[in-house]
Amino acid sequence: MYELLDLRKVFNDGTAALDGLTLTVGPGEQVAVVGPSGAGKTTLFRIMNLTLLPTSGIVRLDGIDVTRLSDVELRQARMRIGTIYQQHNLVGRLKVVHNVLAGHLGRWSTAVALYSFLRPQDANGAGRALAQVGIPEKLYARTDELSGGQQQRVAIARLLIQNPDIILADEPVSSVDPSLASGIVALLTELSTGSRKTLLMNLHSVDLALAYFPRIVGVRDGRVHFDLSPDKVTRALLEGLYAGDQDEATPREPLRHGQGPFGGACRPLPGFST
Amino acid sequence: MIPAPPRGQIRTAWLTLAGFTILIAWSYRGTGVDLGSLLGGEALRQMAAYVVRLFPPDLSPATLREAAVGAVETFAISFLGSLLAICLALPLSLLTTRTLLYQGILYEGHTLSRASLMFRVGVCVAGKALLRVLRTIPELLWAVIFVFMVGLGPFPGALALGFHTAGVLGKLFGEVLEDVDPRPLEALQSTGASRLRILLYGMLPQAAPQLVSYALYRWEVNIRAAAILGLVGAGGLGQRIHVAISLFLERELLTLILAVYAMVTLVDALSAYLRRRVI
Amino acid sequence: MARAHSVAPADRFPVSARKSAFPYLLTGALLIAFVGSLHVAQADPRRFLEGDALGNVLRFLRGSVPPQVSPQFLGLMLRPVLETVQISVMGMVIAVLTGLPLGLLATSSLTWSGVLHERRSRFGRWLGGFVPYAAARGLLSIFRAIPEYVWALVFVRAVGLGPFPGVLAIGVAYGGMLGKVYSEILEGANPRPLEALHAGGASRPGIVLYGLVPQALPAFVSYTLYRWECAIRASAILGFVGAGGLGQQIDLSMRMFQFDEVATLLGILFVVVGCVDFVSGRLRARIIR
Repeated sequence: MYELLDLRKVFNDGTAALDGLTLTVGPGEQVAVVGPSGAGKTTLFRIMNLTLLPTSGIVRLDGIDVTRLSDVELRQARMRIGTIYQQHNLVGRLKVVHNVLAGHLGRWSTAVALYSFLRPQDANGAGRALAQVGIPEKLYARTDELSGGQQQRVAIARLLIQNPDIILADEPVSSVDPSLASGIVALLTELSTGSRKTLLMNLHSVDLALAYFPRIVGVRDGRVHFDLSPDKVTRALLEGLYAGDQDEATPREPLRHGQGPFGGACRPLPGFST
Repeated sequence: MIPAPPRGQIRTAWLTLAGFTILIAWSYRGTGVDLGSLLGGEALRQMAAYVVRLFPPDLSPATLREAAVGAVETFAISFLGSLLAICLALPLSLLTTRTLLYQGILYEGHTLSRASLMFRVGVCVAGKALLRVLRTIPELLWAVIFVFMVGLGPFPGALALGFHTAGVLGKLFGEVLEDVDPRPLEALQSTGASRLRILLYGMLPQAAPQLVSYALYRWEVNIRAAAILGLVGAGGLGQRIHVAISLFLERELLTLILAVYAMVTLVDALSAYLRRRVI
Repeated sequence: MARAHSVAPADRFPVSARKSAFPYLLTGALLIAFVGSLHVAQADPRRFLEGDALGNVLRFLRGSVPPQVSPQFLGLMLRPVLETVQISVMGMVIAVLTGLPLGLLATSSLTWSGVLHERRSRFGRWLGGFVPYAAARGLLSIFRAIPEYVWALVFVRAVGLGPFPGVLAIGVAYGGMLGKVYSEILEGANPRPLEALHAGGASRPGIVLYGLVPQALPAFVSYTLYRWECAIRASAILGFVGAGGLGQQIDLSMRMFQFDEVATLLGILFVVVGCVDFVSGRLRARIIR
């Protein structure tokens, strides 16, 4: 399905995120991508979901070079790839039903999309998708009233509506309560097995990767370090992968006035700022 | 298990929309605004004919000097007016901050006598009423009143701006002071500080950036108002614009309008710069 | 700036911030501006004491009490009051019609930068995106900078007296303000949902509709309602320059020294503005939830 050959990506400020990365993923495969922060995993995913172009190297999706695609073909290709983000990327003010039905936007005309705000055009489909992720009763709730884990499930429901052939999950559980993390990883792997969709997941927790995935790819310094089944991943290999990993991978949103996880309680005192 | 869609919210939304549509339709008829003719022909042609008469702007030394003097006067009016407003608004806002007078953290565990409480509430209410009167009377009207009292020139303009803006700033300042984080105040209180000290060391430092920001923002509004008070004789570019219009000196009018534009842009930029530096 | 107060041994003191000259410069500038302004504005509190000043004030006060509340007068004033409201509403309608398209054009994320434009050529983005963007910003800036009364004066000369020039003046001046704030709201929108929709293959209108509009619309409506409150005050005053409404009546009454009428009209203005404040405030509270 995916053929990535010798990818290099250098950003405008000179940072080289990818440095000769080569990877092949077949249809229906389930792959976990692990590695220290700054290794280039997110850049890799952005290239794979066709929102970023590599500086050099070849990206082939089903044998077709993606740089040759026209605008329309590009959109259609994107419809086949579903992405789950670390920050669920939903619109908080909207009701859950609208966020979920946004998965149809690749195929709906603008008129239908507009009308759906007044009368949701596939409310049953949205309801079924939410039932599949375990929160059917939240269909008409306001999205920002849900917990972080529930919102991530809404994002997965949106993906179900989109019905892609490939699922890319970029650290889907890093912002979720650890006790719920394995639930969400299990949900995604079951979905992938059940409908034979290709699944690539970027994970910070190596334990989850080893527990749920038949293929582990370690990425470091913009290159593939190893590409093995879990039983072959030794402790030494992992230590080599994460050697010298300084910072916490979890990004911290600045505790801005009233916007941090603690709300208004974290307003800065005079003379200090965060 | 799939819930039914909610009906109530959507109905209120439609009702409000319908209400506004009726309001707009009624206003449309009442003002006789004919969008058809506006976009169509006659009105546009008249406006175009008039605008053509304005160009090119009159750049003779005499006119430029008038414009420059007017601009400086307008600046002075807005500056003094804003300063006066701050001096009036600050004490008034303190008097209308409920958390300073009778409510909130500073008064927990502290019972006021009935008479004292009623007095304080009265002061608060009176203060708020005074601020409301100050800000509802439009600047132009204040200018008329002050011109009446002290004659023509930029001085009544500055006074008018000062009084009106005091009303606006007083309300905004009061809101900022009330919304201040009470926990530093609590901490100060537990060290035995008097209420005045708590005000100075706890409330004002927290509120200061926001107060300055509001004051600077009002300055931007005031420079626009100052340019107009001249209409009623309160000096500045407004006065000269009135003269130019009355004497049909259209090209001079354009020069003056350009001077207004320059002044406003200058003050907007100054205000934005100061706000960035201070906050 | 966070100062690092380390729990270090007593011989290590935190280094104090570099002394900047800015506060002194600022104070100096303020003082100069203050003294200069006093001079230029011919500010002189003694003017209150000379001549007729006090007498005028007393005459005004005495004349305005009791306010004129006879039914005929009030009945006569009904039309101007309604007209003032109508002018403000129509003015806001035109302001939205002007401000919305210009505001959309003045948003960089909609015209040339960001996720919606990744595939356009550099030249295409410049010509079709940046140029309209800059033009819209310039136009909005002109509309905003010139006070509505100046617009009203020009429009009165152009289309005659009555409520029409008042409507146009508010429409143009407030359109500029609305446009600027609309563009700021759009620029401040969270780009993450847009990225997600884009990655899922949504079309550009789809991304705007499901990502941008839900974020921006409540803020749009709230600010527009707030501006309407200001528009009522403005339209009440535009009458001074002949644009109809309460302002014209106040002007007439003042010219005829009928201060009792002036007092009543001020009272009416008070009430009308208070009502609009109230309605607008309640609506806004319900929207920002």
